[in-house]
Amino acid sequence: MDVLGRYRNLIVLVGVLFAQVLGLAVQVKRTTDSEPTRLIRVWAVDVVTPLEKVLHWVQTSTGNVWHSYFYLRGVRAENRNLKQQIERMSLEQVRMSQDADQARRLQALLAFKEQFISRTMAAQVIGSSGSELSRAVYIDKGESDGIKPDMAVITADGIVGKVLRVYRSTSQVLLIDDQTSGVGAILDKTRLQGILRGTPAGEVVLEKVMSDEAVPPGELVLTSGGDGIFPKGLLVGRVTKVASGSELFLNIRVRPAADLGKLEEVLVVTKIDERQAQPEQTGAARAVDILAERLPTVPSKPENAAKADTPGAVAPGTVAPKGTGSDAKPKTVSPDASSGSGASAARKTASSPSSSSGAASGNSYGTSVGTPSGNAATATETSATKVSPKPVKAKAATTTTIAPEPQPAAEDSPH
Amino acid sequence: MAITYTSGEQVEVYRFSIPATILIPLTAVFLQAWLPLRFPFFTIFDLPLLVTIGFATARRSPLAGLLTGGLIGILQDALTHHPIGLYGISKTVVGFGASSLGIKLDVEHAGARFLLTIVFYAVHEVVYFMISRGLVGLRMAWTWPHELLSGVANAMLGVLVFMLLDRVKQRT
Repeated sequence: MDVLGRYRNLIVLVGVLFAQVLGLAVQVKRTTDSEPTRLIRVWAVDVVTPLEKVLHWVQTSTGNVWHSYFYLRGVRAENRNLKQQIERMSLEQVRMSQDADQARRLQALLAFKEQFISRTMAAQVIGSSGSELSRAVYIDKGESDGIKPDMAVITADGIVGKVLRVYRSTSQVLLIDDQTSGVGAILDKTRLQGILRGTPAGEVVLEKVMSDEAVPPGELVLTSGGDGIFPKGLLVGRVTKVASGSELFLNIRVRPAADLGKLEEVLVVTKIDERQAQPEQTGAARAVDILAERLPTVPSKPENAAKADTPGAVAPGTVAPKGTGSDAKPKTVSPDASSGSGASAARKTASSPSSSSGAASGNSYGTSVGTPSGNAATATETSATKVSPKPVKAKAATTTTIAPEPQPAAEDSPH
Repeated sequence: MAITYTSGEQVEVYRFSIPATILIPLTAVFLQAWLPLRFPFFTIFDLPLLVTIGFATARRSPLAGLLTGGLIGILQDALTHHPIGLYGISKTVVGFGASSLGIKLDVEHAGARFLLTIVFYAVHEVVYFMISRGLVGLRMAWTWPHELLSGVANAMLGVLVFMLLDRVKQRT
């Protein structure tokens, strides 16, 4: 007993250390799915994060009041610059939307499946892990907000990390510069794929890129989608340094696009859709749709009038001759057109492959389809009137000119 | 020099009130998690470690020191994504060592506290490094300049923290 009393402190020390080492061993052995320390973590997070939320709220509120009502220096100049920027970006957007349309058409040809971020949730960063060796942050959204583990976390600048643990009203996000993180990445120009990892020093490196490839510094790094967490094509960062590493692989250092040291607001990607690329209707076709919607509805004619065997009468499914009755309006609505917009009927009259782009001057609904110049549409219209001295015959004649189904422009493209 | 050998009878033993015992470590862990978001350089500091050393040297009870250190460390571990126990073990060792040394040495002066903090910061880092690599298998990078800089920075902050703790400690 004397010995126990004499070495009591040492015995307790050994006991406490042994218990913790044992606990460590159990945690290392088990996977995160059956986390034995969940309760301790929940307690710790519940103790610390409420205060963090309060402080964050106070800080942002104070900052908002100051910046919104008092410190307005340079706002006019900033506003002017932003307007100029919007103009520049609008022009750029027009060009890029054309490129995107072309890309979608090509992707549709290849039955290409794309991943789209369909839903995100904004979250505030309220705290960190407090350790240099654990690069993780806490956000103010949790299980009650629909957050789940392994959801991607991004900012407008680039990717940030993934949700690691989810608590009731907060979540822990593992940043991409942590040494235990891994992101599938691809180099923008060279299309070389690798794995993005953090280092113990907090740097980000791209691993598993063969050293026989040339990677220029400054090249953009994007997500490859191979990790199943981040959708393909999100900006990761930029290559800053390339050196020959070990085992035939390059050592590529990457500077993350998002400022991971000063995160304030992030977006959690709560839903990613995967769907086959669909070529969007061109602007001209949409213009026709819009125009059709704006046109007044055609009053229904008395049956007697429709059945009247007069030269000016138009059968169902036909288009009206230009200038007869109300100009540029269909006299009757075809069965197909009545179920959708009038433009669909217009598209059905188009048999040319370039029909979708041919309605550029589509200011007269039901006529300006077929060719870029719109002349063929007039010809169709004319033929309809010519061929249809009687309504029934006119219907038959028109039906032959109608494409069976509206086809995407890409499918009409020459192979 | 401020560090002097003292007999057990000469050493003053202090205690902390229950609110201080609970709130000070919690505040330290909270600030450690919150401040790096606003001041990224703050990650080189280890406020919970400084509180552990401060409590241990004031109480001069190895048992209280190791338990306080262990609990603070576990709380700190729970906020990271690493297994719980890395900081727990390190701070248990530091708490025990600091309180044991506190019995032998007079650490009431700023110089002594400065040196004591540097020493125990190094002990903490070595233990953490060994456990992380040996038990958990984490890739760790030991860089002397960084560790020295962190040690000095923590020692300087430690002097201030100990001064604050002096205000709330009570003589037994």
